[in-house]
Amino acid sequence: MTERDTILTTGAAGRLGRLVVQMLHRKYRIIAVDRRPVRGLPKDVTHIRSDLRRRALDDVFRSQNIKAVVHLGLVHNPRANDDDYRFNVLGTQKLLDLTSKYEVDKFVMLSSANIYGPHPDNSLFLKEDDPLLGAQSFPGIRDLVAVDRIVQSFFYRQPNVETVMLRPVHIVGPRVKNAPSNYLRLERPWVISGFDPMVQLIHEEDVVRAMLLALNPGIKGVFNVVGPGEAPLSKVLKILERKTISVPGLIAWPMLERLFRFKMTSFPTPEIRHIQFNCIVDGALARNVMKFEPRYGLIETIRSVRGFED
Amino acid sequence: MGIRRRLAEKFVPDRVRSRMNRIGIELGPMGVDPFGFEPTVAKYAATPMEQLYRRYFRVIADGIENVPEGRVLLVSNHSGQLPFDGMMIGAALFFDRDPPRYVRSMIEKWIPRLPYISVLMARIGQIVGTPDNCRRLLNNEEAILVFPEGARGISKTFDKRYKLERFGTGFMRLALETNTPIVPVAVVGAEEQAPALYDAKSIAKFLGMPAFPITPFFPLLGPAGLLPLPTRYRIYFGEPLKFQGNGDEDDDVIQKQIDQVKSSINSMLNRGLRERDGVFR
Repeated sequence: MTERDTILTTGAAGRLGRLVVQMLHRKYRIIAVDRRPVRGLPKDVTHIRSDLRRRALDDVFRSQNIKAVVHLGLVHNPRANDDDYRFNVLGTQKLLDLTSKYEVDKFVMLSSANIYGPHPDNSLFLKEDDPLLGAQSFPGIRDLVAVDRIVQSFFYRQPNVETVMLRPVHIVGPRVKNAPSNYLRLERPWVISGFDPMVQLIHEEDVVRAMLLALNPGIKGVFNVVGPGEAPLSKVLKILERKTISVPGLIAWPMLERLFRFKMTSFPTPEIRHIQFNCIVDGALARNVMKFEPRYGLIETIRSVRGFED
Repeated sequence: MGIRRRLAEKFVPDRVRSRMNRIGIELGPMGVDPFGFEPTVAKYAATPMEQLYRRYFRVIADGIENVPEGRVLLVSNHSGQLPFDGMMIGAALFFDRDPPRYVRSMIEKWIPRLPYISVLMARIGQIVGTPDNCRRLLNNEEAILVFPEGARGISKTFDKRYKLERFGTGFMRLALETNTPIVPVAVVGAEEQAPALYDAKSIAKFLGMPAFPITPFFPLLGPAGLLPLPTRYRIYFGEPLKFQGNGDEDDDVIQKQIDQVKSSINSMLNRGLRERDGVFR
């Protein structure tokens, strides 16, 4: 990858996607493929409004000399439907096929450390080759596990492509709106009585910096991406000055399930496991191989969920 | 600081606080280590532990200078139905060694499922016993306590007292792999704290517990029957044993090395039984 090479990104309409494009376009030429309308992209970014599974994607690969693909356009929908599953799995498959067909040098995929799954038997500091048990207790993320596996097998089948898969811990920041950051933004968040797991957070800009490092020549493989360290959930909420509501697990599960079913909350019930058990990963590989170090400290990262106003 | 916290602080003697400051475990920016150990919470637990150590079990710790600095595996016999032996080994290293060492022990995998207990265990530095966790702590130069007999040891009945059960091999492979010295430890006195006459296996199975001991007091006296008898503990720390290898050896090679550890523990147990002239004295 050299300056002004062309990169194809997916998911540019998302909050994290926009940030990625904003940081990449200073160095590279960007073609952003997203089926949603995109606002606030830099002028020199070409937006192609198309579903990844459509023919328009083939045309982009054929007509442009694409050097790298940055894939973060997965649908993370708490109320996942069948089409989301197909979109994530088939869209990724299509991208990989085109990547090998048009001999693209690099494929960077944003996965997630959630796919290991929070579990009481977990070792702390899961490594990249630990089993992906996330979907066992949370079927809603089975497409993310499937996509992760597809990309891993691509990594072995296509050694000519430098495939990088990043599995960051909970991404938080002023822009992103995902389950962990939404939870931390609650004024009165639930906690489960008698449980206080260790959590790992990473600032959105640090994730994007990890993606930039992943584009460097020679980098390939699966990497956990860990932020500035671990903290008990209770301390994280204390820094945000949240007044927590302690709910016994036996009540929390059925209650949240009903709230979710009646669309009174956007938190799927299995997410409770994240505030109950550990899912802590080891970021040593990214540190040593990609030379990744988070720039935001632990407290800064936690406070970033409040947004820009403070 | 709230009133409750201030009251709790009053009960913590300065010597506990100053020892806690000298254990040399690296903490994150919030005073918690990556595994969830928080010395400011652990010191509350250390205070009653000192009473148990000095007044209740009146522990005599022998050879504590054998525990080196840096990474070390403490390998001990296990007995007494409830793991007071582990607590007392930890207390010995915390209260009677200079400088103090804070022992991390490996707890059962089902403990993190339990509300409150899971948090307490994490805050006082206890870790789920997976090989990865153990490896990581040893590479951080910590002291780890293991009971290779596991549940077989702690739940054995009174007629089998001071007879070592089969040792697991995991600890030896880890020690070889991480180049960690092993300090054999023998605990005398814990066997008599809760003499189990019978292990009701069918009840244990029904309750999902590793064993269900019937002692003269439990379950007869209900939860109060769980209280251990105030036997006197003698804890012997043997000289560090250093083994050669990389941890990938065949089982019979590993077994020979384990036998050395076992025989060292056995001879210390025999010495302890000779040296005492009564279970409570």
